[in-house]
Amino acid sequence: MRRAGIGDALHLVNVAQAAEGEEFHAPGPGDFEFPPLFGEGTFFTKPMLVIVLGSLLIAGLFYLASRRASLVPAKMQFVGESVYGFVRNGIVGDTIGHDGRKFVPYLTTLFCFIAVLNLSGIIPVLQLPATSKIAIPLFLALISWVVFNYVGIRRHGFLGYFKNMMFPPGLPKPIYLLLAPLELFSTVIIRPITLTLRLTLNMFAGHLVLLLTVLGGEYLLVEKGGLLAVASVIPFAFSIILTFFEAFVQVLQAYVFVLLTALYIAGALAEEH
Amino acid sequence: MTHQIAALLAVEEEPNPLLPHMSELIVGAIAFALLLFFLQRMVFPVFEKTFAERRDAIEGGMERAKEAEEEAKQTLAQYREQLAEARHEAARLREDAREQGAQIIAEMREQAQAESRRITDQAHQQIEADRVRALTQLRGEVGTLATDLAGRIVGESLEDEARQRRVVDRFLDELESRADSDATPVPDGSAATRT
Repeated sequence: MRRAGIGDALHLVNVAQAAEGEEFHAPGPGDFEFPPLFGEGTFFTKPMLVIVLGSLLIAGLFYLASRRASLVPAKMQFVGESVYGFVRNGIVGDTIGHDGRKFVPYLTTLFCFIAVLNLSGIIPVLQLPATSKIAIPLFLALISWVVFNYVGIRRHGFLGYFKNMMFPPGLPKPIYLLLAPLELFSTVIIRPITLTLRLTLNMFAGHLVLLLTVLGGEYLLVEKGGLLAVASVIPFAFSIILTFFEAFVQVLQAYVFVLLTALYIAGALAEEH
Repeated sequence: MTHQIAALLAVEEEPNPLLPHMSELIVGAIAFALLLFFLQRMVFPVFEKTFAERRDAIEGGMERAKEAEEEAKQTLAQYREQLAEARHEAARLREDAREQGAQIIAEMREQAQAESRRITDQAHQQIEADRVRALTQLRGEVGTLATDLAGRIVGESLEDEARQRRVVDRFLDELESRADSDATPVPDGSAATRT
């Protein structure tokens, strides 16, 4: 069960020192683990709460936005239409083009879902980007993987799809020896992995850095006192700056995930690479 | 000791951030699926419909504006045409009036000329008639005078030239005196009517 190692030993020391309330305990992966909210034996944890609340928020806002639709949009309607129009025209229109109309609902939902679950990392009280839990980017990436492979196979047939993918025309024959397995590997295996890891680790690292600044400031203020308590202003200031930076990264990563999915779909639908 | 146990437990649960939790995956997938279902059913069709309506409205508005512009252009052209026509008409009327005026003047002049000519002719005729009448009268008288004179000439001897001349002079005197006595009654007559 237990892996022995230097890391464990260090951790032991850390924990022991933390228990004494003297040394600084740096945030780590353990800060992303939460016990069940309703006591032992139930499965509902904080990330799940974030997922549920985020989904309800998206559904609620969009419902309000579409409830009294009119030609001259009210504020809510304008915001909802802007988000939808952004994915529809800004992402799908530029990548997939006219064929992409039927993917717009999926991609818009994807964008909002990721963006909201990312932004939950800077929402007070919640303060956990649910997407830093690898399970969420993983299943989203798997859906993307299924979707782009499925539409490719449907468009070109099973063999045609892989032939398109692995043997782009116009190259000298020996190159294919190298290119074909590489293309197959990158498209079928690397794509979902990079989608998952990019999002997860961006959120993970961002949250970790925020935790570090906040906990560091708290440590200086509460545990050290004196002159160092005054110095806690610096990490707190950084935590605020980084919060804004995180907000930017969180929206950007949602955009990247959706844009890549759209590009994969566009590539699978294209006649030739 | 308790610290160590806690630490051991913590180490045992040292999480790997790259290992997915099945429960989270399931909850997330269900939430995503429900969200997609809801938005695809209830929200996005409304947006698409609004987009289409808005595009229609804009295009319809543009079409209407184009129509109105076309109409305005047509009306303007019509007005210009009418204006040009009216100007033309006015010019034509002026021209007509001028012509008519000229004609009237010409006619009047003609008329006046004709009138004057008529008066002149009448006067000429009158004069001619008077002359003819005078001539006729004169001719009659000249006849008698000539007969008278010839009688006298034949009656007297025509011995010498002096006599002859005397006879002629006498005749001429007579003639003159007669002419005087003949001519007097006319002014006398007029004088008589005056008195």
